Amino acid sequence: MVDESGSAFDAVEQGPQASEGDAGTPRGDEGDPSVHPSVTALQDRFGETVLHHEVQAGDQHVVFVDAARNREILEWLRDDPEQRYDLLVDVTAVDYGGGKPIQVVYQLWSVGHKRALRVKCEVPLDGLSINSVVQLWNAANWLEREVYDLFGVEFVDHPDLRRILMPQNYAEGHPLRKDFPLRGRFSRAEQTRRALSQDYRDDYTTESLEVGGTPGLAPPEPDGLTEEAEDTP
Amino acid sequence: MTEKILEFPEPALGSEPMLLNLGPQHPATHGVLRLICELDGETVLKVTPDIGFLHSSFEKLGEYRTWNQIVPLTDRMDYLAPLMYNCVYVMAVEKLMGLEVTERCKVVRILCMEMDRIFSHLLWLGTTAIDVGAFTPFLYAFQERERIYDLHESYTGARITTSATRIGGMMADFPDGWTDSLRDFVNTLPKTLDEIESLLTTNAIHLGRTLDIGVISGEDALNYGFTGPNLRASGVDYDLRKDNPYYDYETYDFDVPIGENGDCYDRYLVRMEEMRQSLRILEQALERLPDGPINVADPRVSLPSKTDCMNDMESMIHHFKLITEGIMVPAGDCYFAIEGSKGELGMYVVSDGGDKPVRWRIRPPSFVNLSVIAKLAEGHLVSDLIMINASLDIVLGEIDR
Repeated sequence: MVDESGSAFDAVEQGPQASEGDAGTPRGDEGDPSVHPSVTALQDRFGETVLHHEVQAGDQHVVFVDAARNREILEWLRDDPEQRYDLLVDVTAVDYGGGKPIQVVYQLWSVGHKRALRVKCEVPLDGLSINSVVQLWNAANWLEREVYDLFGVEFVDHPDLRRILMPQNYAEGHPLRKDFPLRGRFSRAEQTRRALSQDYRDDYTTESLEVGGTPGLAPPEPDGLTEEAEDTP
Repeated sequence: MTEKILEFPEPALGSEPMLLNLGPQHPATHGVLRLICELDGETVLKVTPDIGFLHSSFEKLGEYRTWNQIVPLTDRMDYLAPLMYNCVYVMAVEKLMGLEVTERCKVVRILCMEMDRIFSHLLWLGTTAIDVGAFTPFLYAFQERERIYDLHESYTGARITTSATRIGGMMADFPDGWTDSLRDFVNTLPKTLDEIESLLTTNAIHLGRTLDIGVISGEDALNYGFTGPNLRASGVDYDLRKDNPYYDYETYDFDVPIGENGDCYDRYLVRMEEMRQSLRILEQALERLPDGPINVADPRVSLPSKTDCMNDMESMIHHFKLITEGIMVPAGDCYFAIEGSKGELGMYVVSDGGDKPVRWRIRPPSFVNLSVIAKLAEGHLVSDLIMINASLDIVLGEIDR
């Protein structure tokens, strides 16, 4: 498989090499791979709020923006006719561990311009909160709930911020954080006990619990009967 | 006369909304999905999906495995198109490493991915037909699926959990005669598709159950994050194979079907046509399948030959280091997406330069598609809710991960 054994050994010894970026096909603009029109426009418009720009994996452009102004910047990226990032592909987060801030990652795609952009916001561990973008893209609804569930990042103004993959009464924390042990925080016995004692009503929303009365109780009296009952002394 | 009859007052019957719990163990939810429905009579007022019953935290498990050890986790997510998930994961890692696979490997992976697109669409077709009361298409579709199971088995040794890819190539080349079996499948599938179409496309019951059910406009579909056939059924022309081509998809001759109304029927039509287009791609890929090595000769990922290891100290050390330490991936992050059978299927990998990922994230198409069901089903009947759920083509293994 290897062309020359000597050079092969050298390459392994040198360790991982930086990506040259010749693999795959460009997911971005043609021309100079280090320039992305949206990044330049962002820097012109928002100045200091655009903290940092880098190119990853050869041709993928990543912009770090001020977490406090994420919604404003993303709204501009969605609505500006030159940008038009109309598809919010993904919202996720990365925890590098060691007390570093958690990165919230927005992966955007513009169907019209056929262009991708990755926007990152860093939120410190002692203030895990960022503006929700559900008002901009409804796609963010479940994606943000998942980040909340697995990383513990609060999304301000999210319409329905509940756990989504883990049970509602899950008390061990947020599993994808680096400080979360692989097997969870509780003992296996405790985990089993909690799983068995789960109430099926935990996953109902509060509003739906009021619909048709509380499950398990006697059904409410129909309207007509109640009125009659009030009439008779 | 009739007016007088209408004057009777409505009886004062109780008419509170009712709460109906559908699933998680229910055949019509296509997996372990629970839908909490608020009903007014038979009309759906609100649907709240409850997911997570199959959650196994693959993303967390991935952080404890070396790069190649993650491959088996990927096919357990979407067991309806396992090779697609195998491929996109290694493609993302290869992109991060700046590794270009061999020409043969590219075509082999295209064969795998398009075959599994048909594999997944056939299951959707059969189960959806059952949901509208047609049993025969289910049998036809599963008979054809069985042949792809056999192709999986003779290539990878497994029918569902294929784990066929490795970073830098495939676990093996196709066995002798495998491409002939695939060609045979490609030649005979159109006949079955015709038969199924003649049963469904103009069938009055099928039309009545799908036309104008679960309509979503193109603009809304984009805003809600729809991708894949669901988005194209609403009239948005977005297919990653055309818009952001990988593996020379731009050199293949195929069309992307686009719907108009964004209802269940258009989603059906788009998927049916997609299978035929996948067959066209398969034919062309089989024609151009080049000879040559299937794995790259890159010392970062490929093992030296056994003869070299026995004769040459450096090769021996190289082999030892790759086996004991695993592949090292340069620091950085990379998002790579392909046109999956259910939508945009992306993998986001983050490395710190080590032998394990810092973060491995799947961009799940079914997860985002399912989140729209509350909007689609509102105001429809319960039986339409079943049809809408079926038309989204979800797989719970990938939603819960």
